[in-house]
Amino acid sequence: MLKRVIGQPVARKEGRDKVTGQTRYVDDLIMPGMLFGATVRSEIARGRLRGISFGEGIPWPEFTIVTAQDIPGTNCVALITDDQPVLAAEFINHAEEPVLLLAHHDKHLLEKARRSVRLEIEPLPPVLTMEESLRGSEIIRAGAGDNIFKSFLVEKGDPDAVESEAAFIVEGEYETEAQEHLYIEPQGMIAIASPAEGVTVRGSLQCPYYVQKALLGIFNLPPDKVRVIQTATGGGFGGKEEYPSMIAAHAALLAWKSGRPVKLIYDRAEDMAATTRRHPSRTRHRTAVSRDGKLLSMEIDFMIDGGAYATLSSVVLSRGTIHAAGPYNCPSVRIRSQAVATSHPPHGAFRGFGAPQSIFALERHMNKVARTVGLSPAEFRRRNFIRQGETLATGQVIREPVNLDQLLTRALELSDYERKKEIFARHNAENRTLKKGIGFASFMHGAGFTGSGEKYLESEVGVEATAEGRVRILVASTEIGQGTNTILSQIAAEALKLDYDLVELAEPDTANVPNSGPTVASRTCMVVGKLVESAALGMKQILLRSGLLSPEYSIDEWSEACRTYIEKYGPLKSYSRYQPPPGIVWDDEKYQGDAYGTYAWAVYVAEVSVDLVTYETRVDDFVAVQEVGRVIHPVLAAGQIEGGVAQGTGFALYEKVVWRDGRMVNNQMTNYIIPTAEDVPPIRVHFEEMPYEHGPAGAKGIGELPMDGAAPAILNAVEDATGVEVNQIPLLPETLMQLMESERNALCLITS
Amino acid sequence: MSDNVLKVSVSFRVNGEAQVVEVHPLARLLDVLRDELRLTGTKEGCGEGECGACSVMVDGVLVNSCLVPVAQVAGTEIRTIEGLAADDRLHAVQEAFLACGGAQCGICTPGMIMAAVNLLERNPQPTEAEIRNGLAGNLCRCTGYMKIFESVIKACQH
Repeated sequence: MLKRVIGQPVARKEGRDKVTGQTRYVDDLIMPGMLFGATVRSEIARGRLRGISFGEGIPWPEFTIVTAQDIPGTNCVALITDDQPVLAAEFINHAEEPVLLLAHHDKHLLEKARRSVRLEIEPLPPVLTMEESLRGSEIIRAGAGDNIFKSFLVEKGDPDAVESEAAFIVEGEYETEAQEHLYIEPQGMIAIASPAEGVTVRGSLQCPYYVQKALLGIFNLPPDKVRVIQTATGGGFGGKEEYPSMIAAHAALLAWKSGRPVKLIYDRAEDMAATTRRHPSRTRHRTAVSRDGKLLSMEIDFMIDGGAYATLSSVVLSRGTIHAAGPYNCPSVRIRSQAVATSHPPHGAFRGFGAPQSIFALERHMNKVARTVGLSPAEFRRRNFIRQGETLATGQVIREPVNLDQLLTRALELSDYERKKEIFARHNAENRTLKKGIGFASFMHGAGFTGSGEKYLESEVGVEATAEGRVRILVASTEIGQGTNTILSQIAAEALKLDYDLVELAEPDTANVPNSGPTVASRTCMVVGKLVESAALGMKQILLRSGLLSPEYSIDEWSEACRTYIEKYGPLKSYSRYQPPPGIVWDDEKYQGDAYGTYAWAVYVAEVSVDLVTYETRVDDFVAVQEVGRVIHPVLAAGQIEGGVAQGTGFALYEKVVWRDGRMVNNQMTNYIIPTAEDVPPIRVHFEEMPYEHGPAGAKGIGELPMDGAAPAILNAVEDATGVEVNQIPLLPETLMQLMESERNALCLITS
Repeated sequence: MSDNVLKVSVSFRVNGEAQVVEVHPLARLLDVLRDELRLTGTKEGCGEGECGACSVMVDGVLVNSCLVPVAQVAGTEIRTIEGLAADDRLHAVQEAFLACGGAQCGICTPGMIMAAVNLLERNPQPTEAEIRNGLAGNLCRCTGYMKIFESVIKACQH
């Protein structure tokens, strides 16, 4: 009898290479005759390109120089809306927009050359805030009449009608700012390209087929001439979802023109300044509540800053919109949302994809509503939590069991919430300079693409067996640290009743693996994993039906069956293509229906100390309770939660992008601060396991969920500690100081 | 450094082996390790001494190799991630990172492990506060550090 693999902390597939430093990332690779590439970018946010001049003292004939004129196909990074050029040709729409590319074999001379290219740009007025964008006095979007990339309206019931029955109407406004991904490996690509051979790029990326799609049009080549291979990737978090297409195109253009392999690696400053960030957001809430604390209506206005090109803003907005009303049962909901264009570098995918922004607003606002009604935050939520059979804002009926009450009870127990509330009340009465508080957030996160997304993707997965009985999984899903290699192997091993060691993943190479979709949206485990499971079961069926395997087989019998099959019939492969689980219905027009196949549910509790001398906030303890279906790998799953909570802590307290005229000016690790080993609290993770019928071995998605809950839990705790309502993040000490001093001054005015 | 600049000969030992390189005296130790000696386990995360991905030991002292000019290591003994495992046997800290999930994407891992090894060599039984302090110069964006702390604690019990 084989031991089970699911739920076991098996060794990470590529773990040994990682702890010994043997893993090869893109910057670790060299190719014969390789040149290095560099990007010349606009220093101003908006304008018209009038000329390019090349400074003296540089041996320019030695350089490969690429401008928009050198693009063999279309000057466009194909994604959703084809509005973003590979290289700006006439108009500059954001600072750091790429204009010209250089390649040379000498890295240092290359850098000197890059600095001596002068772009003559006639400035145009930039649009630097969402308000300015909405006013529309300057239109950023080429050929459009307004600055709105996308808007949604989600309606349930009749919010206008029920307001009159309300005992309380509670309003609030909430803001979140841009956030850097700050994966520790900066972005980079190596390309080989020629008209005869086509284009091959290798690099740090999440979505090989996104890069391929972008390159097809740029080089005007068929798919079999464009090959994309993921190298080991040092973190992604969404930052390597869409931007790698740009870098791949640049490296490939230089390789195409020079006839040599070109390595294009960003240094940290360039990576931070030029690549995407989390969308800044502004959310307004107007909530009607009954005297006994029942939600009657929620009106939500959610807006995000998309930056200068559409990129993924429409889908980020979609997820943020759908999550904006949260895991509550409210009869009437109206959510209006907009993604607007500004002159910032395009904001993009970042773990949570709009949901952390709208959930921050909601979970701060729910505390305000509770306070207005006169209920504790916990009691107010208990009276409104969604239950099985009830409907979310999009009209989605929750068909599976969901028990948020129990998650909340567990989270409050584990954090010793009630006792801490009493202790902190006494502490705060006696301490003038150090205040303590505890707060929580309850939330959900939909797994997989939104709405019909998975149906359109039609992801495909393969498995193949060798004559020795080893199994290889063929997916374009990438390992970016989250454990793809390990969990997909576990899922296949369990389905085939084989040892985990017999299963491995093929290299993500568009020439060899089918398109299993992008590695995003908490979909790799739940959606791709399910396809791996069914492809594996399909392979077993092939062997059973061919009479080579009996239902109760040993590993030796398995290997023998594979060997015989391959000898007799050739390669042993099985594929599986996505089909929506039964009963999933989504209306793209009305934005109604089953927005996600399922949701993960969670309650996070944060305990903080606020120093009223330095105004620093420190998170002292953190409890994360969630239901993500069945846990495939307890160590990796907890690692996802802990990492997400740390990233959410940075989002809440440390990570501030400083803008000047549309440029990020603190594009260094020295002054853009992420949590260190000394900053993170103990993060205590607890899973309530409830198998999900349509997930592999019962698993749901997990990766994005932890990004949603930390910031509102922490800010709710800060409010508990200080009594100050803080509705913008990041909450830097200087912001808290201003807020507390202005409140104190207001109080002085009243008393005087 | 550019092709046609002054080069000097610098000798030192890396992971027990004698090395002589002909490079500009201000070349970064990081580049010498990666480009000249092809020891690519040491990573560059920021190039300004903030992230610790390039941590190596020079005569037993943990340094950010992106901030060290190679001339400064003449005559020293350098240890990198490649020098930790003896033949096929992993160092206790490497074993612990594997067992406890201390490595996710792996890019901070070599530097983090060098920092952990350095800490345990100075202080074989650190408290949690000492572990946090000892690793505070090495940034990780994946793990939230919990599994790294567990790894170091497990390595101490070895």
